[in-house]
Amino acid sequence: MADTREPVKSIVTPTRLEYDFTPGMASTRFLRGMAEGRILGQRCPQCEKVYVPTRGSCPRCGVPTEEEVEVPGTGTVTTFCIVRVPSENIDLKLPYTAAHILLDGADIPFFALLQECDADAVRMGMRVEAVWAPKEEWGTTFENIRYFRPIDEPDVPFDSFKEHL
Amino acid sequence: MRDVAVVSFAQARNVRRENRRNEVEMLIPVVKEAVEKSGIPKREIGFTCSGSSDYLAGQSFSFVMAVDSLGAWPPIMESHVEMDGAWALYEAWLKIQCGEVDSALVFCFGRSSPGRLRETLTLQLDPYTLGPLAPDPVSLAALQARALLESTNHTEREMAEIAARSRRDAKANEFAQLQGDFDVDALLDAPYFVSPLRVHDCPPISDGAAAVVLAADDVARKACEKPAWIRGIDHRVESHYPGVRDLSRSPSTRLAAEKAGVDAARLDAAELHAPFSHQELILRDALGIGDDVAVNRSGGALAANSIMVAGLTRIGEAANQIWRGEAGRALAHATSGPCLQQNLVCLLEGE
Repeated sequence: MADTREPVKSIVTPTRLEYDFTPGMASTRFLRGMAEGRILGQRCPQCEKVYVPTRGSCPRCGVPTEEEVEVPGTGTVTTFCIVRVPSENIDLKLPYTAAHILLDGADIPFFALLQECDADAVRMGMRVEAVWAPKEEWGTTFENIRYFRPIDEPDVPFDSFKEHL
Repeated sequence: MRDVAVVSFAQARNVRRENRRNEVEMLIPVVKEAVEKSGIPKREIGFTCSGSSDYLAGQSFSFVMAVDSLGAWPPIMESHVEMDGAWALYEAWLKIQCGEVDSALVFCFGRSSPGRLRETLTLQLDPYTLGPLAPDPVSLAALQARALLESTNHTEREMAEIAARSRRDAKANEFAQLQGDFDVDALLDAPYFVSPLRVHDCPPISDGAAAVVLAADDVARKACEKPAWIRGIDHRVESHYPGVRDLSRSPSTRLAAEKAGVDAARLDAAELHAPFSHQELILRDALGIGDDVAVNRSGGALAANSIMVAGLTRIGEAANQIWRGEAGRALAHATSGPCLQQNLVCLLEGE
């Protein structure tokens, strides 16, 4: 006799693991800087590139980065995308702009949110600044920087940041 | 077959909790030391392969982040196994045998401390019928120890003697975590932890990292005064479900040793990856290793057991014994999975 019952299609086996995160020495310094409203990077002793945020090594040279470099909250949009689809985890008005921002004095851009600016107006080379959360809310987290917004400065030429795309 | 040798080995000191450095920061000095000891310029090393588990790190793609410790520029040829570094070494060995490259860097890292290891390791079990029962690795090892004790003449005293010997030998190993002199009678007076295992029968929980450089033929001879030649290497796996295995024996180890060309009568030393004391008895029986072979001079996994690292460390420690002139021919063994499910055997020889 063939088994005519519905096939067993799924089972539920809940799993939960908890971890104590260790940021490491370099990221710890970066996060402690955040709590003081400072943006700290590190310079590679070989190629002299400045990494912000840093994870403790120069990925190109494979050597520890130890020299601390403070950079300002101003920078340049190197590339960007405009998000027009909603996401369950993101509570932002559509469309919004996510950008790669190269802080002044840094050699790698990082991913950040751009606000106070129409998506249509965003350009590569546009000058921006960090908008911080109120000081009393600062903690050891990158989230202290709420987003970046445009500043009233002329765009910088493409050649000046083309190495950082 | 090409002649391939272990030409350098480096490791981090095993600790219960590395909570200052992240994985990349742990790896940088270890990788640097292994590469420098090999004498092969980093850019000339043809292939890199690593072993680690994201389940230990608690973050996805932790093995990709680990590439930051290498200086992968210009881009390198790289691969990864979600296994102990001993299996990464196997992949690198194959790559060299295929003639694609003449040398390889193998590294591995494992921090058990961020999570709770006895819970994390249940996720390696069959997720449908066994995993949901969450049998932890100590309980599974205890089932195996019981099967061994009841079906053979082995005793809890032999297990305690192995634990005492391992931690005594580890006193000479600066990288070991658990070292010291223990009295076997006193150990046997201790209560059971998970019967028939006592705490001394179990490995420490460790954070660690290790790296090896392999090289072939003349590259190896140039890199190393006394290359530790890999004369045979093989690995075999048993069923994923512990219930269908005879846990008191290790047929996969026996077969891997046979395929690797191991003749136990001609061995000087062996580094066996036996995290639990009774597993050394099972492995010795499978390999036919007698009392004339020096087993685990380093202290073995009972003295330091960084998951994903302890297997490659056995190969490195066996090579160490060849370089120090303590052994002319040494066997290294690595294991993976619950109750010695999968086993790798590597036979090393000096010139």
